[in-house]
Amino acid sequence: MSAVLLSLFQVFFLMALAPAVSWFIKKMKAASQNRVGPSLIQAYADLWKLFRKDMVIPETASWIFHAMPWVLFASTLAAASMVPVLWTRSLFGFTGDVILFVYLLALGRFFLALAALDTGTTFGGMGSSREMTLSSLAEPALLLAFFALSFRARTLSLESMSVYFASEPPMQVLFFTSLAFGALLIVTITESGRIPLDNPATHLELTMIHEAMILEYSGRYLALIEWSHQIKQLVFLTLLADLFFPWGIAAAGDFPALGFSLVFFLAKIFILAFVVGWIEIHSSKLRLFRAPDLLAVAFVLAILSLLGQLIIGRGL
Amino acid sequence: MALLFYTQVLSHCLGGIASFLFNQRGENANRVTHGFAVLASAAGVLFSLSVLLTGTSWAVEWRGSLPVGPLRFAADPLSAFFILVISSISLAASVFAVGYTRREFRGRKNIALLGFFYNVFILAMLLVVTVRNAFYFLMFWELMSLASYFLVVFEHEKPEARKAGMLYLIMTHAGTALIAAAFWLLSMHAGSFSFEAFRAAAGTLSPGLRNTIFLAALIGFGTKAGVIPLHIWLPQAHPQAPSHISALMSGVMIKTAVYALLLFLFDFLGEVPVWWGYAILAVAVLSTLLGILYALMENDLKKLLAFSSIENIGIILLGVGMAAVFKAFHQPLYAGFSLMAALYHVINHAFFKGLLFLGSGAVLSAVHTRSMEDLGGLIRKMPWTAVFFLTGAIAISALPPLNGFVSEWLTFVALLMGSESADVTIRSFSPILAALLGLAGALAATCFVKAFGITFLGQHRSAHASEAREVSGSMKTGMGILAVNCFGLALAAPWIVKILGRIAGELSGADLPMAAVVRKFFLTSPSGASQFSPAFVAVILLGFMVVSMVLLRVLLGKKLFRIGPRWDCGMPRLSPRMQYTATGYSKPLRRILSFLYQPTSRVELEDEGHELLRTTQRFESKITHHADEWVYQPLADIVAELSRKAKQIQTGHIQLYLSYIFVTLILLLLFYGGRT
Repeated sequence: MSAVLLSLFQVFFLMALAPAVSWFIKKMKAASQNRVGPSLIQAYADLWKLFRKDMVIPETASWIFHAMPWVLFASTLAAASMVPVLWTRSLFGFTGDVILFVYLLALGRFFLALAALDTGTTFGGMGSSREMTLSSLAEPALLLAFFALSFRARTLSLESMSVYFASEPPMQVLFFTSLAFGALLIVTITESGRIPLDNPATHLELTMIHEAMILEYSGRYLALIEWSHQIKQLVFLTLLADLFFPWGIAAAGDFPALGFSLVFFLAKIFILAFVVGWIEIHSSKLRLFRAPDLLAVAFVLAILSLLGQLIIGRGL
Repeated sequence: MALLFYTQVLSHCLGGIASFLFNQRGENANRVTHGFAVLASAAGVLFSLSVLLTGTSWAVEWRGSLPVGPLRFAADPLSAFFILVISSISLAASVFAVGYTRREFRGRKNIALLGFFYNVFILAMLLVVTVRNAFYFLMFWELMSLASYFLVVFEHEKPEARKAGMLYLIMTHAGTALIAAAFWLLSMHAGSFSFEAFRAAAGTLSPGLRNTIFLAALIGFGTKAGVIPLHIWLPQAHPQAPSHISALMSGVMIKTAVYALLLFLFDFLGEVPVWWGYAILAVAVLSTLLGILYALMENDLKKLLAFSSIENIGIILLGVGMAAVFKAFHQPLYAGFSLMAALYHVINHAFFKGLLFLGSGAVLSAVHTRSMEDLGGLIRKMPWTAVFFLTGAIAISALPPLNGFVSEWLTFVALLMGSESADVTIRSFSPILAALLGLAGALAATCFVKAFGITFLGQHRSAHASEAREVSGSMKTGMGILAVNCFGLALAAPWIVKILGRIAGELSGADLPMAAVVRKFFLTSPSGASQFSPAFVAVILLGFMVVSMVLLRVLLGKKLFRIGPRWDCGMPRLSPRMQYTATGYSKPLRRILSFLYQPTSRVELEDEGHELLRTTQRFESKITHHADEWVYQPLADIVAELSRKAKQIQTGHIQLYLSYIFVTLILLLLFYGGRT
């Protein structure tokens, strides 16, 4: 019972932490531009305000427009509940594996892209088309990175993978998986809609992807969408932490280990968020038609990681 | 049990003939012919289920004085599975057809004739998967091809239907020639046309003969299945047939080729060399990727679906190919699992592709165009059709919690088990094949966001679309049957896996231990690498949705909203023409993959003496289909050239032809006369 409660707590923890991570990257960007930036409370206040506000629904919207935020939120939460956070178990990790994880996120995106087309505005269509294009290139890279890791761990389950990598000597892990890390980092940047692939801070039609899709949303629906997006970003960072830096994660649900694990987890997440933020600050947005090159790099990195293991042998 | 089978055969016969008694263009002919088809299909579903559930095979033999051996029909679990696929789709299609035919053809076309070919077509497919003699197999195969040809050219007043029909006829006969050759070689070796004899003689086949037969069968059945590069007829022919027949052709007919290929691979030819597996995997991955990439560029709704059938045949063959590789290396457990994945995708694809074709038929009958550029906003006019089409779109994009994801997951796992293979080539390539399957899945999602989004969402792009009305009850029922089953096939996955596992085990030669592939609500990988429960995932998704809705309602109160205009950048009145078009939607991929598509576009402007007074503008955008350009066009040119050469001896004078005949006769007499 306590195991279930702890796993449930992990999901709530991710939900609660997600806005803070987005805030952290925003604050970094502000600092780099000699601005003060918002306070931490602002991140939560924004969500709260949106949740309380009335909505304006476009007159051309159908039920798809109303259903999408809920489907997106539910599928993101379902994916989030498959990821180990503080200890090596997760709430619904037993129901599926990395493939299910990837396709749950794809389900949310499918509806997101449909809702963008629903109102019949050019912005929506543009965002939808671009999002689906980029994600069809990012998804195989993500899967291949997972497959490269599972080739070594001999399992496709996220829980078992994180257990496996936590129990391996650190240097070996790094040696085999650093290339897959590169692949997964690029996919993380794509999926969380950040520079150099998308720009979360702009409403300029030529540059935006994610923002273009949700342009017609307001109030509670917008809050759900934004929150889902933040959760998805944190889930990807958590995955990076679980699979590549699993040290410190609690093997059992006892108290001192968990406290220790919490500190480690926060440190890892904010370091990874720092990396993502650093890349965002130090690069400019790629043209849409240059973005596939970056995703091709991710794919090639994942292939190299796999082939490297094949050549050297996984018994090492 | 036998009674059900006979009922099915007899009802199809009656359905084909009885409608001629009525006004051939009238409603009664329509009701009678499709009514019998519904009855027959229902009997078929019951029959196949009774074989599958009890696990007892059924056979009947008619010894008569037939020249090529007794006519034997049998329904073992594999045949029963294919009967189930055929009958359940034809059940839905026949229900749909009652309304569809009424709306499309009543008073205009000969419905009795349509019903005749329709019933013959289904019956022929049914007999193909049950007959146990190569000679009759070829007869029924030909019957199936011809019946479907006449269905493709049913609207023969359209030139494109006649053209597609001719292409189909040529391609399918080229394929049949190779199939006949494969069977002929086998029967020469076995000394009989019966499948049992093939099986018994499989062990003594010489490697050369075995490889020749395999290649002939792969190319022959590959043509029917529509694998790339033998696919060119499929996207032309399938969309031309009436939509309920497109559903059967794409959902079912191409699977009969898979059935026959399975027989050859795992039954008739004995040992499987590993390169067969490689060959199938190569064809499969080519079909999967190119199929969906071409589908993405299509703006014709039915052509898009037809191209996506090529992709799905590819996914099925990925499973079959892995099974062949595993069998070659004597890993029967993995071989059985891969085969099971392929079979699962066979039935899943039949259901969701059938559903999508029926949906496109509903759109076609309401709007009278297949071009997505003229559609849009249909979700408001045709809410039910939209829901059904969306169900199909989610399923075919392999998204949980629908059935497409279940078989795609099994195929993923089968491919990833390659890393446990004894073969180093497969160990290296199978994860990459799995990633390419992922690429195809993601592209399929993009393709069907486009298909559903441009067709049903947004605002209508033409006057036709704005006048669309929801389709009749029978059409909704037909689609509804398939849509509900898309859920059912996912939720009942562990149970279905058990049945399919038994079939796959039998076929691959070793029992598939159920404990290795299914545990209560979970499907598991035999290598122990992962597990997955479709039912749990559905519950979790629904649970999260309901809980978040209820919690937000309780905590924050009812959501308030008002209806307002869309964001129009301050420019009043957004017109439907400002929406993204189907062409525009796929533009980024067309540009990114321009090395593959080699797109060309042309703008034509006409003006009346001054460039500011333009009267018409035409824009044309095309992609290159390499198979057409590199293989078939040169081939057609060669044939045309040869015909031109042959024309020189054709003068049209009857005397000359008589002298040709005379000379030939003399030569033959000289040649053979000396022998006897």
